[in-house]
Amino acid sequence: MSNAPHEEGWVKKYLWSTDHKIIGFQYLFTGMAMALLGGFFAYAFRMQLGFPGKSVPGYGLVSPNEYNALVTNHGTIMIFWFAMPVLIAAFGNFLIPLMIGCDDMVFPRLNRLSYQIFLLSAVILIASFFVPGGAFGGAWTAYPPLSAKHQYSLTPAGATFWLLAVALEFVAFLMGGINFVTTVMNSRAPGMKWHQIPVVIWMIVVASIVFMASVGPLVAGAVMLLFDQQFGTGFYDPVRGGDPILWQHLFWFFGHPEVYVVLLPAVGIVIDVIAVFARKKVFAYKTVLYTAFATGILSFFVWAHHQFVAGIDPRMANVFTATTVLISVPIAEMIFVTIATLYGGSIRLTTPMLWALAFVAEFLIGGVTGIYLGSSGSDIYFHDTYFVLAHFHYTFVPIAVIGSFAGVTYWFPKMFGKMLDEKLGKLHFWATIIPFNFIFIPLFITGAAGDHRRIHDYSRFPDLARADLQNLRAIATVATVAMLVAQVIFFYNFFKSMKSGKRAGNNPWNANTLEWSAASPPPHGNFEVLPTVYRGPYEYSAPGRESDFWPQDEPPDGETEPAQEAAE
Amino acid sequence: MSKPIATTRSATGIPTGRLAVWWVIASEIVIFGGLLASYIMHRLGHPEFGDYASHTNTWIGAFNTLVLLSSSLSAVLAHQAAERKDGERAAKLLGLTMLGGLTFAGVKAAEWTMEISSGFTLTTNAFWSFYYTAAGLHALHVIGGVVIMGFVARDAAQGKELQRVELIGNYWHFVDVVWIFLFPLLYIAK
Repeated sequence: MSNAPHEEGWVKKYLWSTDHKIIGFQYLFTGMAMALLGGFFAYAFRMQLGFPGKSVPGYGLVSPNEYNALVTNHGTIMIFWFAMPVLIAAFGNFLIPLMIGCDDMVFPRLNRLSYQIFLLSAVILIASFFVPGGAFGGAWTAYPPLSAKHQYSLTPAGATFWLLAVALEFVAFLMGGINFVTTVMNSRAPGMKWHQIPVVIWMIVVASIVFMASVGPLVAGAVMLLFDQQFGTGFYDPVRGGDPILWQHLFWFFGHPEVYVVLLPAVGIVIDVIAVFARKKVFAYKTVLYTAFATGILSFFVWAHHQFVAGIDPRMANVFTATTVLISVPIAEMIFVTIATLYGGSIRLTTPMLWALAFVAEFLIGGVTGIYLGSSGSDIYFHDTYFVLAHFHYTFVPIAVIGSFAGVTYWFPKMFGKMLDEKLGKLHFWATIIPFNFIFIPLFITGAAGDHRRIHDYSRFPDLARADLQNLRAIATVATVAMLVAQVIFFYNFFKSMKSGKRAGNNPWNANTLEWSAASPPPHGNFEVLPTVYRGPYEYSAPGRESDFWPQDEPPDGETEPAQEAAE
Repeated sequence: MSKPIATTRSATGIPTGRLAVWWVIASEIVIFGGLLASYIMHRLGHPEFGDYASHTNTWIGAFNTLVLLSSSLSAVLAHQAAERKDGERAAKLLGLTMLGGLTFAGVKAAEWTMEISSGFTLTTNAFWSFYYTAAGLHALHVIGGVVIMGFVARDAAQGKELQRVELIGNYWHFVDVVWIFLFPLLYIAK
């Protein structure tokens, strides 16, 4: 295979490419575009909640049906079309071959097909807003009977479009996941042992396996829901021998592991970034891996904590309370690892490092409030309130937004060969983080005061239509607008630096992992000579060495370059 | 398109294609697993499913079981031939397996026509909904397998990509095993 540059048409190079880096960019840009859409939805429904009944600038009046469609698709988009494509597919595609030292994924054409199916799924989801009856509004969890019967959902076409889009997205990620796992298993650079694989790659692999093992029942469940919607079967209809709770089990058997599917890659990014900018070896590398495995396995035994009020057996609720509280042990362990890695390091507060540190601090709030919800006693009170909403935004925003920004700002020099502007980067960081807390801390309070999640206008509920609560809702809304506006700084920095940023060179951060020994941006085929690995990825500040980093592919002193792998 | 070097590496010692097919099968197991677990939960909660199941035709089901299991034999023999680099023989044997798959699908179509004309449709009740959904999803896998096998056999006949004969065989055995669960659950347990 030759790395000689050859002219390719724009379509072949950017739209029909099998190059893992281009496919990573396709996922990245599609994910960012969908995040903007999801953000716009949040703007529209938050305006309705903060200033009920007023026409929203740039949107108009938010009717109750539209409100339902907006919150449903905000959730669906942020999980399936933003967090997953950016954290798993974009970083997975871009990083896996580069960080394990090979030239591409093992199945490049399967990779291309996976993105194309993903793109189709996004198109179908957006199309659902333009069909008669409008987009689906039955929440991202799509509980039947609301989702199964048109006379309830009032969106005969929208509900089915939504379901098809989600099912196709699953197919795309199954294909991608098989590719990721097989590539990491088989195509590592010579010499790279399993405990020399960077944490972020391990996390993407564990996430892909957890996804693969949990999504199957929901694929079957989606087929059944589709039949209920379109052919009038009664899988979820108790009158006809079905069971609506069945969907809740199938959905959450996937839905809760899904939290860890997106969490683990974000933790991986954060740990890698922290090691580089603390100039210190990751504390307890192997323990991090075992904790990730433990999290993956435990995540299959916690799902019914979403169903404490669904009439499940209280004895079963006790079991799921225990497993849920148990899973905070490995997660806390990962947080401690990041803190222990920082301890005694020589910390550099670059933009990616700020994001990584913010992840640790903010995710902690999400994790701690989760304990209240995992315990059935308090969950019965908090169920379906804004307390739940604030809790999971304190987990998902650190994961999807903060984690992605940590990754994008860290790998941007490798992706585009230019440095991002640090000043703008830090400005964007603070302009995002401060409003983020101003959105969700007030919502913990309104939630604890009894604000139910799925209310279009609180003025019809005298107990909740109080001025103090309404002020908190308005603060959250203003902060949402501020956080969204702050993203202008990011996009300006992103595209301006891509064009006219400072040249990055191969290894601007003095990092050890293999991607930094390739050119920036890496050419087709990635490496001039495919690397050989001699040591683990985190040999920073090794005693007795002059430089404080030690690239994985640098031959030990006194040894010459070994015979390179013959190009087949 | 030439294959990337990544595709030719094998850090585990297991060929990449075989590894990937096992992951495909693993992800399929949980799809069918979820569907069958849902069915079994319903079956346990609804004794009347037994009465509905008595309308299924055990003899047709048994005949199809025989056809599908026999078709796996020629898939194994094809693998053997491919190991000996006898691509032409492997292609012929795969053809035999495809014939088995097509017979299975044809018999299934005739069986469903009979059921539907006697009034047992997808929407009759939850049992028949599961019956058509589970057997239908399985039948799609049979048809998909036959199509892919056609491509593998075409290449094998020219001596190309012979390792794929084993891979499609593994997939075919998986489709068999799913049917071995479906047959007793839908036909025999009355």
